[in-house]
Amino acid sequence: MSVFNQSRSRIIQIIISAVFLIITLQLINLQLFSSKYKLAAENNAIYRKIIYPDRGIIFDRSRKPLLENIISYDLVVTPSEAKTTDTLSLCALLNIDTVEYKKRMREAVFKNTSVKPSIFEPLLSTEMFARLSENMYKFPGFALSERSVRSYPYNVAAQLLGYIAEVDTTFLRKHKDEGYEMGDYAGMNGLERTYEKVLMGQRGIKRFIRDNKSRIQGPYENGMFDTAAIAGRNLFTSIDVEVQQLAEKLLQNKIGSAVAINPQTGGIIAMVSSPTYNPNVLTGNARRKNWGRMVMDTAKPMYNRAIKGQYPPGSTFKPLGALVALDEGLITPSYGVGCGGGYAGCGSTYVRCEHKNPGHAANLRLALANSCNSYFSDVFRKAIDNRQYGNATKGYLKWKEYMNAFGLGRRLDVDLPSEDKASIPDSSSYNKTYGRNRWNSCNILTLGIGQDRMTATPLQLANLMCIIANKGYYYAPHFVDSIEREEPADKEMLKKYRSKHVVTHISDSAYKAVHDGMHDVTVYGTASAINIPGIEYCAKTGTAQNPHGKNHSLFVAFAPRNNPRIAVAVVVENGGYGSVAAGPIAGFIMEKYLNDTISSSGLPEIERVAKLNLIPAAIKQWYYRKDSILAAKLAEEEAAAKLEAATEANNKASTEAQLELNAKPVSSNDTTPKLKPKPPILLPEEQRKKAKGGKP
Amino acid sequence: MSKQKGVSQGIDTTVVWLYAILVLIGILCIFMVEYRNDGHWLQSFLNGKTSYSKQLFYAGICVVLATFILLTDSKLFTAFANLFYAFGILLMLSTFILGKNINGSKSWIPLFGGFNLQPVEICKIFTALALAKFLSRQETDFSKLRSQIIAGIITLLPAVISIIQHEAGMALVYFCFFLVMFREGLPPTILIIGFSFVALIISTLLIEPDTLAIILTVSAIITVYLLRKQFKRSKGLLTLIIFIWAACVGIQRFAVPFIFNNVLECYQSARVYSAFGKDYDCSQNKRSAKKSDKTPKKPDDYNVRQSKIAIGSGGLLGRGFLKGTQTRGKYVPAQSTDFVFTSLGEAFGFVGCVVFLLIYLVFLFRVIQIAERQRSTFSRVYAYSVVSIILFHIAFNICMTIGLFPSPGVTLPLISYGGSSMVSFTILIFILLRLDADRQMVLR
Repeated sequence: MSVFNQSRSRIIQIIISAVFLIITLQLINLQLFSSKYKLAAENNAIYRKIIYPDRGIIFDRSRKPLLENIISYDLVVTPSEAKTTDTLSLCALLNIDTVEYKKRMREAVFKNTSVKPSIFEPLLSTEMFARLSENMYKFPGFALSERSVRSYPYNVAAQLLGYIAEVDTTFLRKHKDEGYEMGDYAGMNGLERTYEKVLMGQRGIKRFIRDNKSRIQGPYENGMFDTAAIAGRNLFTSIDVEVQQLAEKLLQNKIGSAVAINPQTGGIIAMVSSPTYNPNVLTGNARRKNWGRMVMDTAKPMYNRAIKGQYPPGSTFKPLGALVALDEGLITPSYGVGCGGGYAGCGSTYVRCEHKNPGHAANLRLALANSCNSYFSDVFRKAIDNRQYGNATKGYLKWKEYMNAFGLGRRLDVDLPSEDKASIPDSSSYNKTYGRNRWNSCNILTLGIGQDRMTATPLQLANLMCIIANKGYYYAPHFVDSIEREEPADKEMLKKYRSKHVVTHISDSAYKAVHDGMHDVTVYGTASAINIPGIEYCAKTGTAQNPHGKNHSLFVAFAPRNNPRIAVAVVVENGGYGSVAAGPIAGFIMEKYLNDTISSSGLPEIERVAKLNLIPAAIKQWYYRKDSILAAKLAEEEAAAKLEAATEANNKASTEAQLELNAKPVSSNDTTPKLKPKPPILLPEEQRKKAKGGKP
Repeated sequence: MSKQKGVSQGIDTTVVWLYAILVLIGILCIFMVEYRNDGHWLQSFLNGKTSYSKQLFYAGICVVLATFILLTDSKLFTAFANLFYAFGILLMLSTFILGKNINGSKSWIPLFGGFNLQPVEICKIFTALALAKFLSRQETDFSKLRSQIIAGIITLLPAVISIIQHEAGMALVYFCFFLVMFREGLPPTILIIGFSFVALIISTLLIEPDTLAIILTVSAIITVYLLRKQFKRSKGLLTLIIFIWAACVGIQRFAVPFIFNNVLECYQSARVYSAFGKDYDCSQNKRSAKKSDKTPKKPDDYNVRQSKIAIGSGGLLGRGFLKGTQTRGKYVPAQSTDFVFTSLGEAFGFVGCVVFLLIYLVFLFRVIQIAERQRSTFSRVYAYSVVSIILFHIAFNICMTIGLFPSPGVTLPLISYGGSSMVSFTILIFILLRLDADRQMVLR
């Protein structure tokens, strides 16, 4: 029998071999051809701890920090380890109820799974931090994690600096390949946004081995793959924090904007958009409290009017009108018109002039000094009807080319996000209204005095002043002069701010004539009341007609007259004559910058201007209404509380009012009155428009 | 262990060396699993508190035991085979009274000093001896059905008991004796039918029921067409084909779902399903539903997934000794016992695994060689039993860790941590060596 079955030994050997072969094949499949297991093992075992670098600091031109980093603490929780936490005492400490606790835990698990730490309470106050760190032993699974938060020692330049905030899903989708992760902070506006890549630095990653219960076992491969966090690099800007402070002070209680540029470099010295806010209200924990109110505010404190506000330039445009005509050879500096109180060259379209006395527009210099509307209407018509170009449309297009060359109607590429290009309308715009070739210089006559469909941002006006001050060139306006440890990529980014842009080739004599005229403005012309001690300067006032209300007050200037070092544009909405509201503001900005101080006689004047309240009635009304609603609410609460206990009621109302007061922006130049919850009433469309920036 | 040379002549040193190597690899693997980076590994090797030091201790016991076995007379095993078997069965039955519940199976007997004995492990040896004894009897004619049935009962009795004890994996191992019986003349049809049945179950799990039914029907029709000329000669053939077809479809449509839903527990069904990459819906399971009112929880294949990750992350050359993150992070449950192969696969990779498997393969082939040189049926049957038991253990265990087979809880011979397993395999192997040493003696 055994002899017969001998062959079966072979079969059994084959069976054994087959089993081993199958095992080997599966091992080949698992170990040699599936890369996913290696990855899965790493995901299992390697815990990547992100080390956040400090963000870069932004300095002003004398190396004073406009913002700094301070250390703040987050309370983070790893839900799976927090099962034995003393929930009740934690809730008591944080002043939340258990329902909220459970909700936050669910959110943490949903966001980051139960084994990864997620933020339970962000940005603890110092007091809270002290109380928690004493009691941390009671709360296993919870930890205090350090994070640096922005703080603004000078409380200025909120709109310029922007703010940082936690990235959301939309942000992550947009910046997919830039290495952001949920929970990261990124610059959301202003310089923080533009220079995000420079400021953010490089996150470090430490790798740890963890076990199946997420406990850290030690560094992975002795830290061989760890990367150190590289701190963000600092920015050195051209902002002068004292000038900025002064400008913000001067513009408080007004809606408007001021821009000061150094024409020699294009560096922006100060940029104010009023109303502004204290940047500290949008950092750390305060952000949550204030964000909604700021967004809903009808005066739009977060809106940067200096780059987004579109104003008709009014008379401030006139020097440019003269330059165009001089360049085209249509007039000479001695060209004059006889103005008897208005321009009647177009028949039905009569442009009124502020002056009637004969000879006030006898030459360019006089016409500029007196801001003669007739003169510049005439000059504008000459430019449009220039025989050289054939017809009005072609003449207009040539004129538009000049405007664009001077930086109007196009973006200047300032290093802030969402710059507006304002408007120099295309000929198609007029074609639409009047029909193709059915319009002439008379239809668009008021363009010549900076009205009609033309608008400019305060930044564009300031830049225009730079060009005129420099006699034909400019550097693109910018804030950042240099970056710490500049890299080739940074150089590439800053290149556009370091190269000279030459604007057409208008002769120096043409510029000289305009300079002379603008100087006369400050000597005996419309701005003669505004003096900078010891300095001759050139300026032009503007009073832009505003169909929605009082005229806008504009003022552009550069100083000193020879070798200018500052060019300014100021717009005050509903401010009336240029020399009344905008003029003094521009004067003080130049004085502060050039003389480094304000003369003693100027100090009371500064206070007067700062107190001058030019907020339109509609906006005042809006705040008033909100205040009364809140007051009514408080009164109601008070009454309700009184029913319970008269003594307690008083305390409560006063503390609540106190809390609300604390929540409002601390800024001295915040024009917005106190106590504002969400607006329950929407303003009518027209009133809101007015509040926006008064587009004519 | 070279001292055994002096103890007795004729001991097969190859097997002894392979045995020693495997035990050492086992201790190494357990060391890798338990290792903590605290610098006291030598101390903890000796203090008897860690698994690897315990395993070292068991290895010491095994040396004593092996020496003892080699000192005995081989006649002892032939003489007492049936008695041993009866004792083994009694031991298994005693677990119903004395049994200690470990991991949900009441198959352990607590011994002195906190050690536990699993009779089902030991009983394999006794069953092998009993089967050898039965087949080597002069009056046994294994070509007769009666003998075959008796042999089947001898081998399957412990299996039935261990199924009752919820040790289904161990029960599966007892089917290895059919391989021995095949060698001794069991008609191959039984093996073929067995394999076909397993193949049918697997294809039931993998293929849609309707598709499978169509495939079966089509193959039946093709067979009928091919064999059409032979039907005239034997009429029974057609009936047989139709019968087989009906049985297959019946099993596939009704029997398999019945087994999974009504016979097996929910977790067992889920394990089987997950081994083939399928999800098992526990709400269909009648047994689990009966036992508790709660809706049966869907168990996940965490163990096997982590085990596959550990082995797969090893790559070609492995991640290095003590460098495997899966092992150090304790991601694989039961890694020193059932999933011990994973630490090897992670640390030494494909090359390490293949070398390791080759050691096993050489071991098995060597034992077959020993089996075939025996003059007595008893020794030969016993030797084949050793081969089959070890093969089944290896196959079930490694296939489980690499996700080819549902996890039945079978140890890896000589590698897995555990005294019962280690001692029983030592006894199993050294009885063989004793028998082999005496192969020149008269035929039994």
